[in-house]
Amino acid sequence: MFDNLSNKLDKAFKILKGQGSISEINVAQTMKEIRKALISADVDFKTAKEFTATVKEKALGQEVLTTLKPGELLTKIMKDELSNLMGSEKSDLDLSSKPTIILVAGLQGSGKTTFCGKLALLLKTKFKKNPLLVACDIYRPAAINQISVLSEEVGVSVYKEEENKNPVEIANNAISFAKQNSKDVVIIDTAGRLAIDEQMMNEIGLIKDNIKPNETLFVVDAMTGQDAVNTAKSFNEKLDFNGVVLTKLDGDTRGGAALTIRSVVDKPIKFIGTSEKMDGLDVFYPDRMAGRILGMGDVISLVERAQQQFNEEDARKIQKKIAKNSFGFDDFLSQIQQVKKMGNIKDLASMIPGVGKSIKDADIDNDSFKGIESIIHSMTPEERSNPIILNGSRKKRIADGSGSNVQEINQLIKQFNQMSKMMKMMQGGGASKMMEMMKGNNMPKF
Amino acid sequence: MALFDKFKNIFSRENKSQEDKEIDKQKLDDSLNKTKSNFFDKISKKIAGKSKIDDNDLDDFEEILISSDIGVETTLKIINNLELRVKKNKYINTEDLYSILREEISNLFIQEDLEEFVIPKVNEPYVIMVVGVNGVGKTTTIGKLAYKFKSAGLKVVLGAGDTFRAAAVDQISIWADRVGVEIVKQEMGSDPASVAFDTLQSAKAKNADVVIIDTAGRLHNKINLMNELTKIKNVMHKIIPNAPHDVMLVLDASTGQNAIEQAKQFTAATKVTSLALTKLDGSAKGGVVIGISDQFNIPVRYIGVGEGIDDLQLFNSKEFVNSIFDN
Repeated sequence: MFDNLSNKLDKAFKILKGQGSISEINVAQTMKEIRKALISADVDFKTAKEFTATVKEKALGQEVLTTLKPGELLTKIMKDELSNLMGSEKSDLDLSSKPTIILVAGLQGSGKTTFCGKLALLLKTKFKKNPLLVACDIYRPAAINQISVLSEEVGVSVYKEEENKNPVEIANNAISFAKQNSKDVVIIDTAGRLAIDEQMMNEIGLIKDNIKPNETLFVVDAMTGQDAVNTAKSFNEKLDFNGVVLTKLDGDTRGGAALTIRSVVDKPIKFIGTSEKMDGLDVFYPDRMAGRILGMGDVISLVERAQQQFNEEDARKIQKKIAKNSFGFDDFLSQIQQVKKMGNIKDLASMIPGVGKSIKDADIDNDSFKGIESIIHSMTPEERSNPIILNGSRKKRIADGSGSNVQEINQLIKQFNQMSKMMKMMQGGGASKMMEMMKGNNMPKF
Repeated sequence: MALFDKFKNIFSRENKSQEDKEIDKQKLDDSLNKTKSNFFDKISKKIAGKSKIDDNDLDDFEEILISSDIGVETTLKIINNLELRVKKNKYINTEDLYSILREEISNLFIQEDLEEFVIPKVNEPYVIMVVGVNGVGKTTTIGKLAYKFKSAGLKVVLGAGDTFRAAAVDQISIWADRVGVEIVKQEMGSDPASVAFDTLQSAKAKNADVVIIDTAGRLHNKINLMNELTKIKNVMHKIIPNAPHDVMLVLDASTGQNAIEQAKQFTAATKVTSLALTKLDGSAKGGVVIGISDQFNIPVRYIGVGEGIDDLQLFNSKEFVNSIFDN
């Protein structure tokens, strides 16, 4: 997610490498680079300026008199400041009221309805709640159908009044309905609206005043640019929302909007949307995100995701094989199946510290597996377990059998070698060692 | 709603009588003058009597441009050009400075501003394929486009190619009803390439003038989904050899620098030939299209300025550049 920003920061820090001390001159150049990196990541102009000013001030202060190298010191200051800016810890929903009323608001196309569906599923499965979805977007064509379809998909009831054009009334009726039908969470989806649309902003204000929600969530597209500052401010003035939902983070946006919003309205980011599927909703961990921005990769997320998806038994077997150097194409094949289960391989690989940058140019995509699979299927068991014996005539035979050519076979062998190297990185140390690394002070250096 | 109205005034200049055009011209001039004078006031105080722009002024420009999402690279390019021009002409007044800055930005757009977009004459239905990431306003833009073409007397057929997102087919069907044009659709979850195929076949049989194919929103870094888009595109020339004639990428004005990557990836998958910039009635300036137009040589054709059926305007670079300085 934040790879691009990390790359830029890496470049900024390179300028400092080899410098003996932090001086006004060398820090100024670095700060300029960092500011550019932040702005290119869509961090608001002023936020970026303030941020670099703070870092510069701290860097030039007494702290210089430590034994750290300038680059290391700046990294530490940056990370501390970034963590400060993103909020210090994760923030949960308050679900204590019965029913808990959650109001969802945001611009058009930010992903409110999809988020409502995801939240309903999360509350139902993880929190054992009995939520009610409420269709209050009376404007956009088929918006009510959309939430109805989603409610069916996640197996949660929906409250709608197709003919009613008064969202305040619908919301109130929905809450009465929830009380009568022992629904313990009411999720109210609203129409998308522009922050400068006074009439619509008054409407959402009215909805809020009437239903007195326990949680008001502001949904914002992670790809938002400089306007995030205006939009977040306006919605906050009107709604005083208590949490932010950052959507579409499975894209490759640099996500500077997250920083901007944190710094201008000082409200926690409670959830992030990470896919179009209904289970693609994650809790936001500010410290992880700050770490990711600084290029450490989100190791904890990776490990957690891997643990969910990997069959531990298989993983252990493969780990042994890797250790014994007997990792073959059959294992590669089953590895591919598992990796495919986990999601986009580039996404995954980019979460590993140090891999982030190199993987960007590597030619690995999910679809390239199709060819790979047919090639492996054309190999004899012996060839699969002992790839070294693959000579010219064997390659020719495999190429004919799989409808590919020798070049592609060679390419695969190269990829296989790359892959087994990566598997070693992922598994050689084992998950526990990675976790330790994150907890301890043994942070990777830049 | 003030900005919204302003946009409507500035941009709604098509399909109007000569008299209306005169009035519009007056309005346009007024608003240009207003913009100009606001901006002049701002900078004239700062640079009157100076032979070169000082750092504070450059900082101000930088802030204006960056805050409009123009991006670091493009902003630096614009400011460098501005500085070079100022260096050459030792003395410069505010008016020169303003027009140079405006010129430098306008120069980055590749197209001529159009009074009206006329569908090129082809012996077959003219096919527009609409692509973009999730939530940018593809379906809404298609509804508005259909209305535009229908109002111009053309026979329009829509293809409900978003078979993925919940109720997407319903959404475009409602638009088709509203505008009064035909729509070809299949069940949710069906193959979008097959929908495109059916739509073109039907449009050809019925001698339609324009076909607009909707597609599901997709993030440009999802390889499989982008491959699907290529497939949808490729299936079209089985029915109509040159289709699609236009691949329109819809961009949300509130999107920041990521729009550049969107343009890059969608172009790689479908060879984008035009841009539509939506939600310009909000407070976002959409400046990122300047860099996109410059870098990828793709013209910006339409802007979306509201949720109404006629809130789609032809893009005009001059007004667009002015709006950047208009606060």
